[in-house]
Amino acid sequence: MARDLPIARTTDDTARRLAGPRRGRGKERLGLLLLCPALLLVLLLFIYPLFYGLRLSLQPEAGGLLTNYSDFFGDDRERATIGNTLRLALPATLINLAVAIPLAYRMRRRIRGQRVITGLFVIPMTLGTVLLAQGMLSFFGPRGWFNKSLLQLGISDDPIRLVHNATGVVISLAIAEFPVVFLLLLGFVSGIDPNLERAAQMLGAGSWQRFRRIMLPLMIPGIATAFALSFVATFAVLPSAVMLGQPAGETRVIALAAWQAAYERFDYSAGSAIAIIMAGIELLVLGVVLVGRSRLYRGPATGGKG
Amino acid sequence: MATGRRRGIAASPTVWLVYAFVAFFIALVGGIFFTVLFNSFASSWFGGWLPDGYTIRWYRFAVDEFSLWRVLRVTLVVALSVVALSLLIGVPAAYALARWNFRGKNAVLLLLLLPIMVPPITYGIPLATMLYEYGLAGRLIGVIVANLAPAFPFVIVIMIPFIEQIDPNLERSARMLGASPFRVFTRVLLPLATPGILAAGLLVLVRTIAMFELTFLTAGATTQTLVVSLYYAAFAAGIRPTQSIDAMAVIYMSTTTVLLLLALRFINPVQLVSRVKQ
Repeated sequence: MARDLPIARTTDDTARRLAGPRRGRGKERLGLLLLCPALLLVLLLFIYPLFYGLRLSLQPEAGGLLTNYSDFFGDDRERATIGNTLRLALPATLINLAVAIPLAYRMRRRIRGQRVITGLFVIPMTLGTVLLAQGMLSFFGPRGWFNKSLLQLGISDDPIRLVHNATGVVISLAIAEFPVVFLLLLGFVSGIDPNLERAAQMLGAGSWQRFRRIMLPLMIPGIATAFALSFVATFAVLPSAVMLGQPAGETRVIALAAWQAAYERFDYSAGSAIAIIMAGIELLVLGVVLVGRSRLYRGPATGGKG
Repeated sequence: MATGRRRGIAASPTVWLVYAFVAFFIALVGGIFFTVLFNSFASSWFGGWLPDGYTIRWYRFAVDEFSLWRVLRVTLVVALSVVALSLLIGVPAAYALARWNFRGKNAVLLLLLLPIMVPPITYGIPLATMLYEYGLAGRLIGVIVANLAPAFPFVIVIMIPFIEQIDPNLERSARMLGASPFRVFTRVLLPLATPGILAAGLLVLVRTIAMFELTFLTAGATTQTLVVSLYYAAFAAGIRPTQSIDAMAVIYMSTTTVLLLLALRFINPVQLVSRVKQ
């Protein structure tokens, strides 16, 4: 049913088809010209290093081709870093989505102070994870303002331990990534043609039905994108896991294992192998999300201008 | 759209929930921010709500101890170079991807998306190793090149929907009325895409200044950016008083905030996200 909804897409496609065949060749050449620098750069700065790293990882200092990989998966302490990282990245991402989806949905139509609120959400983006971690050490510390307030309000009798453990890292990741998730979703929701919702309202759909049947399906690509980007960013956690967590214990993340191999033991081969394992896990999650997204995606739902 | 605006809604309970959450978020971030700010001016702070006394000694300490001027200069040069280069490369590519369909377009899109989707430390370690091999790492150019890797694909991702929103009929009309492709670009496309370009540039600027991993892996002793030298300062916390680290943090924060406020003069945060109607 929803497949027929996006009207804008049809007109856009028609326009494209009408304009297409006449000057197709020249356009293709110009398009290629505009794309070329970006393609070259991505090959040079991303694909080549990745293959370089892959080759390096298959040339261990001692042993056979896959020694680095069998070492990683054979060592309990190294293997555990995958679970450690997932236990930080997934909660932070899911918390952010659970809060940002209703918030962005409610703000799809202007509310009073919309501009101030979106502006305020932009500001934490300037903090960065290192600064957040440094500030959180004092703010959430046993003598920090947060615990002082809890004691004062009688919510808790003893200071809650929020830093130097996984909780602190999850909080810092959630705060750092929330603005991105929220702004992404808000952009997506407010890009959905409001006429679709008005039409549903006119046909008698209640507010829950409009959300469940019209807006949520149209938001899914946006939600999938937000999930993917937020998960990637949080999976790469390094500084806050070191500064706010227990880098020797429960928050020894996979990025730290890779860094320690390459820059502390100067075993670039092993470091690259761990980096490649990281990339594999990332790409697996992204692949699942993106394939799911393309199944659900039903063309742009934005209204044309004018 | 006058009928679409119903002011009465502002009083509804769900809006108050929105405000309550915003207040909570601001309290957390504000608390973290002011803890750092107060501590950076504190002569000492033991257990009270506020520091025991105030001093600016830690800022002088930071300037001397962390070679602050050099670090600031490096940060600005790196960030501005990355923004300029990534806009130059990213905007044309985004235009091509937004306007034309061709075989293999999805593969190209995926290829361009990968550097922002894969965590920087993943390709950062091999990239840094490669840059060291070519003698670029440790120098300014190496830090810029490494930071470019996720920056220009990010510009493309931000710009594609912005350009898709510009009605292609506007360009066609201009062409039909005799404008050259260059004139169409400067007079029609550029003005319409400016909010998107500013948004992309702003986000890349902030992301580059806050980009820890890639700079951390490629910077030498004299090419550290603010965030990397802040990390080193915090990492070796035992050696230096926490107030001096917080002074460094305040300087880092003011830099990004000033840049952001400058950018917000040209772009309203609502434009950061696309608003098609209303």
